[in-house]
Amino acid sequence: MNQIRFLEPRADVVARRDEIRAGLANLVPADCLVTEERELVPFETDAFTAYRRVPLAVVLPETTEQVAAVMKYCSERGVPVIPRGAGTSLSGGAIPQEDAVVVGVSKMARILEVDFENRTARVQAGVTNLRISDEVSADGFFYAPDPSSQLACTIAGNIGMNSGGAHCLKYGVTTNNLLGVKMVLHDGTIIELGGKALDAEGYDLLGLVCGSEGQLGIITEAVVRLIAKPEGARPVLFGFDSSEVAGACVADIIAAGIIPVAIEFMDKEAIDICEAFAHAGYPMDVEALLIVEVEGSDDEMDAMLARIIEIARRHNVKRVKESQSALEAAQIWKGRKSAFGATGRIADYICMDGTVPLGQLSHVLRETTNIIEKFGLRVANVFHAGDGNMHPLILYNVNDPAEAEKAEAAGMEILKLCVDAGGCLTGEHGVGIEKRDLMLHQFSETDLNQQMRVRAAFDPGWMLNPSKVFPLDLAMRKAV
Amino acid sequence: MTNEVLTPASEEEAAEIIRETAAKAGTLEIAGGATKRGIGQPFEADRTLSMAKLSGITEYNPAELVLTAKAGTPVAEIEAALAEAGQMMAFEPGDWRGLTGANGVPTIGAVAAANISGPRRISAGAARDGLLGVRFVNGSGEVIRNGGRVMKNVTGLDLVKLMAGSWGTLGLLTEVSFKVLPRTETEATLVIHGATDSDGANMMAAALQTSAEVSGAAHAPETVAKRLGVGAGSATLLRLEGFADSVAARLDRLRAALPGGADADELPEAQSRPLWAQIRDVAPFAGSVSPLWRISVAPMAGHDVAAIVLRDVDGEAFFDWQGGLVWLQLADESDASADRVRAAVAKCGGGHATLVRAPEAVRRSVPVFQPQAAPVAALSERVRTALDPAGVFNPGRMVFHGSRKAA
Ligand SMILES: Cc1cc2nc3c(=O)[nH]c(=O)nc-3n(C[C@H](O)[C@H](O)[C@H](O)COP(=O)(O)OP(=O)(O)OC[C@H]3O[C@@H](n4cnc5c(N)ncnc54)[C@H](O)[C@@H]3O)c2cc1C
Ligand SMILES: Cc1cc2nc3c(=O)[nH]c(=O)nc-3n(C[C@H](O)[C@H](O)[C@H](O)COP(=O)(O)OP(=O)(O)OC[C@H]3O[C@@H](n4cnc5c(N)ncnc54)[C@H](O)[C@@H]3O)c2cc1C
Repeated sequence: MNQIRFLEPRADVVARRDEIRAGLANLVPADCLVTEERELVPFETDAFTAYRRVPLAVVLPETTEQVAAVMKYCSERGVPVIPRGAGTSLSGGAIPQEDAVVVGVSKMARILEVDFENRTARVQAGVTNLRISDEVSADGFFYAPDPSSQLACTIAGNIGMNSGGAHCLKYGVTTNNLLGVKMVLHDGTIIELGGKALDAEGYDLLGLVCGSEGQLGIITEAVVRLIAKPEGARPVLFGFDSSEVAGACVADIIAAGIIPVAIEFMDKEAIDICEAFAHAGYPMDVEALLIVEVEGSDDEMDAMLARIIEIARRHNVKRVKESQSALEAAQIWKGRKSAFGATGRIADYICMDGTVPLGQLSHVLRETTNIIEKFGLRVANVFHAGDGNMHPLILYNVNDPAEAEKAEAAGMEILKLCVDAGGCLTGEHGVGIEKRDLMLHQFSETDLNQQMRVRAAFDPGWMLNPSKVFPLDLAMRKAV
Repeated sequence: MTNEVLTPASEEEAAEIIRETAAKAGTLEIAGGATKRGIGQPFEADRTLSMAKLSGITEYNPAELVLTAKAGTPVAEIEAALAEAGQMMAFEPGDWRGLTGANGVPTIGAVAAANISGPRRISAGAARDGLLGVRFVNGSGEVIRNGGRVMKNVTGLDLVKLMAGSWGTLGLLTEVSFKVLPRTETEATLVIHGATDSDGANMMAAALQTSAEVSGAAHAPETVAKRLGVGAGSATLLRLEGFADSVAARLDRLRAALPGGADADELPEAQSRPLWAQIRDVAPFAGSVSPLWRISVAPMAGHDVAAIVLRDVDGEAFFDWQGGLVWLQLADESDASADRVRAAVAKCGGGHATLVRAPEAVRRSVPVFQPQAAPVAALSERVRTALDPAGVFNPGRMVFHGSRKAA
């Protein structure tokens, strides 16, 4: 499945490779520049591994000023730049190209300030997501967005993709927890947006930057919101006889005015895979599982759970299992959070990320099954049900080109299904290259042209992550 | 003053007006209910485009927690529909008519365009966080869709956030989709009397550091507390919302965690709701014409900013958002002490100050919105041009060009 195109490498840039590498060497310490072919290999792709491109060079600066110098240099010489965090993007957002310099923030990984009174943390952009929560945990705080990849992924990448996680139902995604950034524009200009205040002045450029997939600048620092940890948290498992009934139960919980911290969904295939891997104690005799997490004191959680259990009973829930200890709770989450990894052990997969209105969950699950059957494939559904963010994992064998092509085709049909159901192509993984060519299914060309004009306000020469997000043959691309 | 008022009955008609205006290099003022006309840099537009006929809820299925409405829909109509389904806009938009002395009908499009959020901002996010999708007409008269009706969406650039808080300078919003939430079953407020502004800030910070899930944290010095009707002396106000049993449990937790918490008064729902509505609507400073600043800073900096300004200028302040939102009313009618206010903000770690109310002459002579660092201002201007290349909309509403008006 190698039909997704990249822009043609700029021949003049590739031809000046040695000169450019030498120029970069003047701007950063020697251990911050990677040019050896062998050492460039780890940067040739991200977690969307079907596509690979070896970059011209990789720079791993230690300071914002070094980033600025590199950007200025690249801008003056017409060299494309690919911003990179930890390279865990599932949509190919961090995959480089032959004429590009990767600017990675992995060496900028310090927590600069935690401020409990104002409930903020100022961090360098290369810090990993989990590091922040670890740092403030002993003082009773956490950073809310919790992508399953949180051990590895960086705040920079989270901002790039506006990442979410299981607990976003209550606490929101990255954009709702981000107060400020320091970033470097294409020409090396350093700007700051937002800060410790809750509202920024002027246009909400911070909101625009979040989720912009590395197209507007290189983020080097961030101010994020910290939240006081709840008194306690308890995940509960609810097993159902069918996916549709589980979906209907989710809709009823929400309609009853109850917003738990998380409502995660797994179908039979996903339960089998995750249980085999994590021994989480999931019930094996059900067709669909909900993990519902509630928070508060013991009494509060009991009261909230009583309400939820009553709703689940109306939907003939087959199994209800409360975690009895912190260890059990951790096992339950381990199973869920390792879903992608566990799936990867039994087959190759591609992970879809469409989001649909809650009322459409059952319909979309049913149609997903139909699409998968039509292609003769297998699918494991594991997703954030409370906010309608679907993650069908389509299983296939990467060494079987025909099957790989089918998997990709099925994925595209599923995403179109999500859009047609009133949803969108991607809830948290980003467009990257993966969904780029489907953008015209969700947007009109006029819509995309408007987005591209705004993009050009930041990057007039189209130098930052140029092959991503917008279909390559749109006329606007050439106009700028 | 603007003369002709155009009232398109459809998005297409509005787009046609905008195309025609752009073609002849004209300008338009966008008016929702025009209740906030007095906000922003005074500006002149050839004609006014009224949203009055672009009104009505287009899609609302309570189980989906999303409401879509045409941008000219009165806020009251939306709140009524939500109330019927037991839901609410979590960001708690206020009614600023008392503040601005206007008596029009506030519209949902203006709530989005002005990014208006109330006390629950600290726990549930701002209007911009609740805004999921928009349709708008850009300055070239093209209809643009962005975002959607789903909670999580990273498909393309987030122009929704850009439109929120743009004060009608980037495009004409024609339809907005907001996330909605179940109304809280009940609420209660703890009132701690007698704290200084600085002790009040510490108390609010301490409260927000507990697991009590405080959804409103405000501090009113004595004179303001009196107008809010919360008893004698200053009042530090902490709101808890949720199911009744949970609110009761958390009240106990909060009392235990705060110095003086044991003796704090407790306002039940019947008093708590109207109290927070007053705070949301900035009622203590309504009905006056004195200059009023809305200052957004780090929560612990709010009381310092107010103290620095009030040392030299007569006036009063109160604090919402755990202290991070300062409403500062000044007696100075010459220039609203703009330089002093902004210097205080800068000294206390930065943020911004918007002159929400002032006589027109004052608004002509000082920047109403916070001046930005040069590169950010330049970037913002490029973004504006990307949406409204001909400068059709609300020309100059957010930008200060010096006291050119007299000319
Ligand atoms: C097993 C697994 C589980 C996952 N689970 C989740 C999940 O639950 N929720 C979720 O939302 N995502 C999930 N992801 C996807 C991925 O982890 C997120 O998108 C993550 O935020 C990427 O972070 P990163 O540091 O790896 O960024 P990268 O992959 O390096 O980059 C991501 C994007 O951000 C841009 N970028 C990176 N650094 C910068 C910078 N400094 N300035 C500007 N732009 C920059 C890149 O150009 C790219 O477009 C998962 C991925 C894997 C492999
Ligand atoms: C700086 C400032 C801060 C404010 N903060 C708050 C607050 O925190 N809480 C609060 O309750 N109220 C606040 N208000 C007032 C609040 O906006 C009003 O209560 C009400 O929402 C205004 O509705 P309206 O329809 O009368 O607005 P209008 O006065 O008609 O419009 C307000 C602004 O939005 C623009 N606008 C209106 N409709 C559209 C549209 N369809 N498309 C694009 N732009 C449009 C207008 O051009 C104008 O710039 C604030 C006002 C200002 C100026």
